[in-house]
Amino acid sequence: MQDHSEELLEDLLNKALKIRRHIVNMIYAAGSGHPGGSLSIADVMTALYFHELRHDPKKPKWDERDRVVLSKGHCAPALYATLAENGYFPVDDLKNLRQMGHYLQGHPCMRKVPGVDMSTGSLGQGLSVAVGMAIAGRLDMQDYRVFAILGDGECDEGQVWEAAMAANHFGLGNLVAIVDRNGLQIDGPTEEIMSQEPMPKRWRAFGWHVIEIDGHDMNEILRAFHEADHVNDHPVVIIANTIKGKGVSFMEGTLSFHGSPPSKEQYEKAVGEFDRAEEKLRLLGV
Amino acid sequence: MDGKVRMMSMRDSYSSALIELGRKNHNVIVCDADLALSTKTKRFGMQFPERFFDFGIAEANMMSAAAGMASCGKIVFASSFAAFATGRCYDQIRQSIAYPRLNVKIVATHAGISVGGDGASHQMIEDMAIMRAIPNMTVIAPADGNEAEAVIKAVAEFDGPCYVRMGRADYPVVFDNLDGFRIGKAVTLREGNGITLVSTGVMLSETIKAAEILSCEGIDARVLHVHTLKPIDSDAISKASKETGAIVTVEEHSIIGGLGSAVAEVTSEEAPCRITRVGIRDCFGESGDGNELMKKYGLDADNIVAAAKGLLGAK
Repeated sequence: MQDHSEELLEDLLNKALKIRRHIVNMIYAAGSGHPGGSLSIADVMTALYFHELRHDPKKPKWDERDRVVLSKGHCAPALYATLAENGYFPVDDLKNLRQMGHYLQGHPCMRKVPGVDMSTGSLGQGLSVAVGMAIAGRLDMQDYRVFAILGDGECDEGQVWEAAMAANHFGLGNLVAIVDRNGLQIDGPTEEIMSQEPMPKRWRAFGWHVIEIDGHDMNEILRAFHEADHVNDHPVVIIANTIKGKGVSFMEGTLSFHGSPPSKEQYEKAVGEFDRAEEKLRLLGV
Repeated sequence: MDGKVRMMSMRDSYSSALIELGRKNHNVIVCDADLALSTKTKRFGMQFPERFFDFGIAEANMMSAAAGMASCGKIVFASSFAAFATGRCYDQIRQSIAYPRLNVKIVATHAGISVGGDGASHQMIEDMAIMRAIPNMTVIAPADGNEAEAVIKAVAEFDGPCYVRMGRADYPVVFDNLDGFRIGKAVTLREGNGITLVSTGVMLSETIKAAEILSCEGIDARVLHVHTLKPIDSDAISKASKETGAIVTVEEHSIIGGLGSAVAEVTSEEAPCRITRVGIRDCFGESGDGNELMKKYGLDADNIVAAAKGLLGAK
């Protein structure tokens, strides 16, 4: 498999950093939200929306678009930031996350937010919804693909495995699940609360094509999408090994920022870290 | 009634209507969860195998998948027994179907205690309460096989989530002409000003019978069939309250949260009157012959008559 160009990787890394800034800004402004899981999925989300997806922000309801279901709906900030940077709605609106009277709901609402393909929030349902979308696409002889983004803790939900069973049963080669394997759920490490291992083996046993990657390595993310593109007889799951809170040193690998905003002091520290990361990327680039 | 009562299966009507819809519109899809022979959706599946999906014994997955299909422009009918179609996947219906207002028609069969032998686990008596409480949800309980067909065709035309409640048994046919059927529009089957008997679903025939008995005893009962529990026809109910001053509600459902509650909600705000609720009195059912159970739990003409008289005596 071919490596992707330096320019592309650099561009995506810069975009991912921008998305991370938005995530922290939004959640700080809102005074509530889920930074940890939003930051862990930021790189995958960036690669998906800025490189992989067939979509048109000018036509959010375009019939032939690839669909995305953010099954881990609490990571809406990552989705909103990516949609806004793609032009689905003004970036300036991101500051209104969770504010009364504004459209950016705490969890994604397809009726309010352009570019959101399904309302989510109650964990465990998104993969089933994606199964339905993939079936509909096949019936309509459309070649769009359906991506469902799940949390690893979310895989505790039995419905995820009902959907995994059905996707294989119906032979949905147009379906890609992405599991954000950051290893932490609200009450603690996934392996302590409800163990997920052997995760790849489980998905394989359900008939899925499994790709395991470092979910913060842009090259690996792109290669995984490329591989998924070429598997058409089975559903594909990309297990993205990630770090919760990735990109903000004091949030990384911690439980405390699963669902809590940073304090003013922490916010300023995070902004400083983003500034330095940006500077570093700039120096590397030139 | 003249004794020559014609019986009809709602499930047969359902599957026939589905096939007709399937012929006309290739966007009609039917889903089931391993009860396709019982709900009779299998008949659609035989005609249109490419548009029929059996999800196995996994109702939650079926409901969310139905939402996904509907989000791509499909008109999706999803069926199971009422106990499982609502109780097992309340959250999927709430989150994936009702909140995004997607075009999924949940058609449940085997509602109520007339299910009979299977017993309380399968005798769903709180489904309308659950479904009625969900925003964006339309709730309809047809009275007989003919009305069931009209309902299925009407919900297919309607854009949005619907819950349609049907029973397992064959039920007496009340309706022959359904040209005027409209979602949300109650039907007056008998005029009267002494009292109003408001029924929903399969209780209509016993309610008419009760009105006939009352009439013989000099009580002029109006019969109002509220097939649509939500949005409820509050005008017809308020009018009945004002004109007759007393209402008996009749449903094969718990007296909590169903028709009785819905009618009391309307009257208490718009036109208060005395109400007696005939229904399952906050208890689980049991195994037995369906018809015998209906009598035992007070879901027959005699008990409706007694309720009406009791109410009028108390007025």
